[in-house]
Amino acid sequence: MLIFERSRPGRRSAAQSPAARAATGEIPQRHLRTRPPRLPEVSELDVVRHYTGLSQKNYSIDTHFYPLGSCTMKYNPRACNAAALLPQFTDRHPAAPDDTGQGFLACVHELQEMLREVTGMAQVSLAPMAGAQGEFAGVAMIRAYHDSRGDTQRREILVPDAAHGTNPASAVMCGYSVREIATDADGNVELAALRAAVGPRTAGLMLTNPSTLGVFEHSILEIERIVHEAGGLLYYDGANLNAILGMVKPGDMGFDVIHINLHKTFSTPHGGGGPGAGPVGVNAKLAPFLPLPLVAGPDGEYRLLAEADRPLSIGRLGAHLGNGGVLLRAYVYMRMLGADGMRRVAEFSTLNANYLMVELQRAGFEVAFPRRRASHEFILTLRRLKEETGVAAMDVAKRLLDKGFHAPTAYFPLLVPECLLIEPTETESKQTLDAFVIAMKEILREARENPALVKSAPHETPVRRLDDVKAARELNLAWSGR
Amino acid sequence: MLAAIGVDSIERLFDEIPRELRTGELGGLPPALSEMAAMRLMRERAERDGAWLNFIGAGAYEHHIPAAVWQIASRGELYSAYTPYQAEASQGTLQTLYEYQSMMASLTALDVTNASLYDGASALAEAVLMAVRCHNSARRVLMPASVHPVWRRVARTLVRNQGIELVEVPYSAEGGHTDPQSLERYAGKDYAALVIPQPNFFGVIEPVDELTDWAHASGALAIAVVNPTALALLRPPGEWGGAGADIAVGDGQPLGVPLASGGPYFGFMACRRDLVRQMPGRIVGATVDTEGRPGYVLTLQAREQHIRRSKATSNICTNQGLMVTAATLHMALLGPEGLARVARACHANTLKLVSALTAIGGVTRVFGGALFHEAVLRLPVPVAPALRALRAQGILGGLDLKPDFPELGHALLVCATETKSDEDLARYADHLARIVGKRPRAAARALKPGT
Repeated sequence: MLIFERSRPGRRSAAQSPAARAATGEIPQRHLRTRPPRLPEVSELDVVRHYTGLSQKNYSIDTHFYPLGSCTMKYNPRACNAAALLPQFTDRHPAAPDDTGQGFLACVHELQEMLREVTGMAQVSLAPMAGAQGEFAGVAMIRAYHDSRGDTQRREILVPDAAHGTNPASAVMCGYSVREIATDADGNVELAALRAAVGPRTAGLMLTNPSTLGVFEHSILEIERIVHEAGGLLYYDGANLNAILGMVKPGDMGFDVIHINLHKTFSTPHGGGGPGAGPVGVNAKLAPFLPLPLVAGPDGEYRLLAEADRPLSIGRLGAHLGNGGVLLRAYVYMRMLGADGMRRVAEFSTLNANYLMVELQRAGFEVAFPRRRASHEFILTLRRLKEETGVAAMDVAKRLLDKGFHAPTAYFPLLVPECLLIEPTETESKQTLDAFVIAMKEILREARENPALVKSAPHETPVRRLDDVKAARELNLAWSGR
Repeated sequence: MLAAIGVDSIERLFDEIPRELRTGELGGLPPALSEMAAMRLMRERAERDGAWLNFIGAGAYEHHIPAAVWQIASRGELYSAYTPYQAEASQGTLQTLYEYQSMMASLTALDVTNASLYDGASALAEAVLMAVRCHNSARRVLMPASVHPVWRRVARTLVRNQGIELVEVPYSAEGGHTDPQSLERYAGKDYAALVIPQPNFFGVIEPVDELTDWAHASGALAIAVVNPTALALLRPPGEWGGAGADIAVGDGQPLGVPLASGGPYFGFMACRRDLVRQMPGRIVGATVDTEGRPGYVLTLQAREQHIRRSKATSNICTNQGLMVTAATLHMALLGPEGLARVARACHANTLKLVSALTAIGGVTRVFGGALFHEAVLRLPVPVAPALRALRAQGILGGLDLKPDFPELGHALLVCATETKSDEDLARYADHLARIVGKRPRAAARALKPGT
């Protein structure tokens, strides 16, 4: 039932708005709305009950194991949320002068510095509001750098074919064309293809390491040489930073510019699709171009730097300092982990992934890159299962929902057929992983004995499989009934 | 676990990483804190920021947020869920988004909305990009100077690398709005869109009908930039001019999202049905399951980066989902009458504030145009020191317009939402009177209870 269907004319939560209807004062009649918007007319209890009920139709980290590859669905510690919701933080206006926000700015400045330390970059900007905006900022800085040197023929960005879709999309938003680089049989960037692709038109290479295939690029130092010798810059997509936190710094791998997903590695909640935060880090050569505002300090007083302080900046990506509340949550998370905790993140997420990979292999699943260690995630390919039984990766994913697990990422990266990308994260116990293996074994048995059961999954969720084609053909994007 | 893997230490699991790349110490990081110690630290930091009587608006507005909004939005099932790609496991999030889209479509009187963008400023940039995609040839967009100056800068940053030019349209010095007659100089040239703010950055009501009709007559789209609170009171973009605005964007912060030093907020975008395939961001559609029961899915995904890659309408992936959940709860709790009452109270309070402050000698209203819930005032003294003096009294007196609009002199942008009592307004007027060295006239004193 929709909230609109609970609506009754004239019903309202009287306590939530002013007691009187003030006059429309000086607004000319012709500018006034004539028909009220069709918002629901409901009581507070109606609202609380309706949305509590809806929430119970969700799988979430708090209710289910969520091994969603490339998304790092780790537990979000409650203290991070509690701290960010302290009233002085939530009530502060963004245009209030810096001297009214020294507590907030101290936190985000320290966050900026801690991110610098763990990534090995010279400077960090917290402005981007999500990973994709970080990518935009990073590529825009690459462009600003080349342009500032008069090197304006560099208009091509290279991305591995396994890259997240945001990489090519971000490059295009910066006015660049995109060329894809092939991957070899072990999941590495094909060096010969890279050598053939670089040249005077190369602005840079965007790379995720460990890659979206769940493996560390062996030849990262060689890749770095090839790109830099061709005059290009190296962009680090931080989607998989969790796997190497405290173990390897992107700066040490030779990356010129990086973005970090705070909603992945630094455990801010995903909120059903956002908000996230995508800070960018750069080496000294790109520092003048960082997006604004930057947080300066800490010589007694923190302040936000603006255009006058940074005339070469690529500019602003949003009206204020990024997603401040998300930054506070990440700050508290990092303070509670400390240096040793950071390294444990990489250790335990890698341990969990390798354990789960081995156990699933033992259970009869095919690993996509069997000669490689898993990073914090790994890929199964169900190609053979599909040939044998007709059961596809999507069917297994849906059947997992019936067994009380969120599905892994399916059909990404696109180059592995019938793939499941599995990322257990460091916050899951061995008992949870073992229970997942048992569920996967059961599904394998079901696929062979009763494939129809798996192919028609899920059976236990609030709705069964939904008709995507109908949704796209007969667009219904807003309630129209009354 | 190590035995199962067949290694003797966790360290062995990292043996594919070249040794020379391995990090030594993370020297710059402080040691771990317990939750108790972390919360003590954060409470100390928060207390340093204090509590203020705030009269700043300028794109972010202080409103009452019903307690239920964040108590429900903070439920783990909503807060810790991922993007609803697995629709059967995400009906809570998906239905909430569908309800949000329905509410926002009705509020803007347009056909469809997406499930959010980052903030109002970046939503404006996306609207510019969308308008250029919809146009056959033009790569220029008319951007009035009465649009928020920071939003204009953001839009420029986000569109300029694609060779798109934002052409600034001056505002009327008397009215503070965009004069339709001033657009004549752009007639007959190729523009993809005209941006129309309502109310504009100065709080002034724009002649939206004439501006929308001018855009359409010139072969350009009309992009509305609107405040969602104002939409409960003002005529919505879908009803502007003869044909209605084509795209509407804005910041959703006034709908249940705390000010929080600027984020996370969310950007909203609505458009005409025939433009939906050019819209950026996630969109939820209604459908049915295999048993014919209603359900909701992410739809039209062929617009998006994870499918279309370099040919996507935008690079956006993660959006501001939880903020939209809060906004949905907020709109449901207020309903049409509640939201209209909030809008009316904001308008009435701002008029009261303006009359109290302009009763002080030398304080005048800069623009003659009708306002919604903000106003530009001119002080007889420089604004920055006056604001500092107000701050010493615990008052944030508004936004100094000097950096962005030096031509306006000692100009101050003020806002009084429904959160301000008559006592609050009187307190501001009293202190400002003292600071500018003038006694308030009777009209201002009349606000003070018991006098």
